[in-house]
Amino acid sequence: MNIIVCAKQVVDVSEVKVDPSTNKPVLTGIPKKISDIDKNAVEEAIRIKEKAGSGKITTITVGPPDAKEKIKELLAMGVDEGVLIPAPEEFDYHVVSSLLAGAIEKIGEYDLILCGEASIDMFSGQMGPRIAGILNIPQITYALKIDASEDRVVAERNMGDNMVTTESTYPALVTVTKEINEPRLPSLMQILGAARKPIHDWSAEDVGKAGLSTMTRTLDVRGVPMERKNITFKEDLDEAVPKMVEMLAKDGVLN
Amino acid sequence: MVLVYSDNEKLMKELLAKARELADGLGKKVTAVVVGSGEAADELIRYGADRVIVAEGGPGAFKAEEYADILTGAIEETGSRIVLIGSTKSGKELASRLGGKLGAGCMIDCNRVFLDSGELTVERGVYSGNAVSVERFNSDIKIATVPGKAFDPLEKDDGRSGEVERKTYQIGEYASVVARVQEMVSQGVNVEDAEIIVSAGRGLKNREDLKMIEELAEAIKGYTLGCSRPIAADLKWLPEDNWIGLSGHKVKPKLYIACGISGQIQHIAGMRDSSIIVAINKDADAPIFKSADYGIVGDIYKVVPRLIEELKNQ
Ligand SMILES: Cc1cc2nc3c(=O)[nH]c(=O)nc-3n(C[C@H](O)[C@@H](O)[C@H](O)COP(=O)(O)OP(=O)(O)OC[C@H]3O[C@@H](n4cnc5c(N)ncnc54)[C@H](O)[C@@H]3O)c2cc1C
Ligand SMILES: Cc1cc2nc3c(=O)[nH]c(=O)nc-3n(C[C@H](O)[C@H](O)[C@H](O)COP(=O)(O)OP(=O)(O)OC[C@H]3O[C@@H](n4cnc5c(N)ncnc54)[C@H](O)[C@@H]3O)c2cc1C
Repeated sequence: MNIIVCAKQVVDVSEVKVDPSTNKPVLTGIPKKISDIDKNAVEEAIRIKEKAGSGKITTITVGPPDAKEKIKELLAMGVDEGVLIPAPEEFDYHVVSSLLAGAIEKIGEYDLILCGEASIDMFSGQMGPRIAGILNIPQITYALKIDASEDRVVAERNMGDNMVTTESTYPALVTVTKEINEPRLPSLMQILGAARKPIHDWSAEDVGKAGLSTMTRTLDVRGVPMERKNITFKEDLDEAVPKMVEMLAKDGVLN
Repeated sequence: MVLVYSDNEKLMKELLAKARELADGLGKKVTAVVVGSGEAADELIRYGADRVIVAEGGPGAFKAEEYADILTGAIEETGSRIVLIGSTKSGKELASRLGGKLGAGCMIDCNRVFLDSGELTVERGVYSGNAVSVERFNSDIKIATVPGKAFDPLEKDDGRSGEVERKTYQIGEYASVVARVQEMVSQGVNVEDAEIIVSAGRGLKNREDLKMIEELAEAIKGYTLGCSRPIAADLKWLPEDNWIGLSGHKVKPKLYIACGISGQIQHIAGMRDSSIIVAINKDADAPIFKSADYGIVGDIYKVVPRLIEELKNQ
């Protein structure tokens, strides 16, 4: 079973603050990590490979050079090889999905492609279905549960109003939800072992996608600050509760 | 041409209002696409469409692969350049696939869609609600998905006329098969319109304890229950309707009470527009307190009953 996982390095959004003087989100100096749900995708790939008994897991990342450190964490979890493609100066969904699709075609032999349901920073959930559209293969989105056997994959999907069970032969692209599993924490041995696993540097030319241009452009990114009173009661409940209820009544929100 | 599609009838009417505005601004026409029997096709004309295409669907339930082919056919035939799709989960996967297939720019969950100097411009939330990005398109075909309640539908105009046509577009063969569709039980709760929301998180020990949260909601008039993602998605104690956050519903009540919710940024993204936020959490360091107007550090099993009592005395 050969599995490709698309894993994005993101800024840790919980650390993003809005600068009140410029009204812009401050992104410099914010810690980076692999997008949460992409780790679920990696975990699922490892479990599928373990069950199949053989195969290879490759992750592909479009991102800056410092993403290598984070890709190592995925290798430590159990991924066999990583691929890093530098993001061009200007990029958007079209550019990134084209590079990922190009890399997938270069890898060539694959059964399953796994993506996250959406990334934690931009949260569009566009990339998986976009890649499936480019490659013209089946797409199975929002998987809560995957059963991958030798010749087919069956997934239970949370589609909001409906729970949908979809199955497909290979190749197929599946996007996974946060609920599908609990990503493992690698052991020290695995972390050390990951140093020997390869991370390939591929260029846009290498994946046959040189000279891509963007189909969307960002005009502005405006911060949305949130102002709160931040009154916290830590004292005895018999004092705190009436005090708070009085304040709520004064705010006029109780009726 | 502006093309509109949604699997949700209400959303379709909201999209039609926006499509009408864009088309009028550009001197173009609006085409709505429905797949299947097309019972409501005439109705869509009354809500702003100039033309309704009733396309023949695939043999089974919704598959984004097939619908992307249908929309590709409709876009080609009508020469549409702007495509608005409803941001349901299936709408988003359809729009994204279509974007990939056509190499077109696509923007998901656009809360604002407008013409600026005649150019289509959209706004969407990024960084879990911390920022809004303003985007334009470089591609000829421009795809945007729009969530519910972003726009008001037009008043129904029984005098409007337009054409309704049946079409069959070429649909590819895909190996995927929808084996089962199970409708989730919905209690018709509408958190988006709620004035007061009392929300439960993983601080709740048992499903039965939701009763206590409900009681609190009842004690304040305007009874609506909300929850964090794990309560709906992992534990399934409440349906999707009550799920609040980045991947759930976005709400803006005048009062939001979070009980046993840690306040991760993805939850905050769904309730940050509330007027007043109250947090009850036993951990004084829980991030929810930073996003709250009033916070009580304490055990929900003690604080909530005490709060109910106090509210009843009011
Ligand atoms: C204000 C703003 C800031 C931006 N900042 C960034 C940025 O810091 N980094 C960036 O990459 N793009 C950035 N973009 C560009 C744009 O969001 C996309 O090109 C982005 O790479 C992927 O979109 P997404 O995060 O919405 O992914 P989604 O479509 O939500 O991602 C779904 C899944 O696709 C896969 N995936 C997505 N992106 C990648 C990737 N780059 N490599 C491997 N797998 C991937 C993952 O499996 C992920 O779980 C930015 C855009 C805007 C408007
Ligand atoms: C891409 C993505 C999208 C997401 N979308 C959403 C979303 O839409 N909505 C959402 O909610 N989450 C979402 N999440 C998940 C989010 O990150 C958090 O994991 C989730 O919100 C946590 O839910 P919780 O606060 O109920 O549980 P926990 O984080 O487990 O918090 C439970 C809290 O209860 C407190 N507690 C425990 N016992 C008691 C007690 N007896 N009395 C008082 N307090 C108590 C604890 O101190 C703790 O703070 C998303 C995550 C990702 C990665």
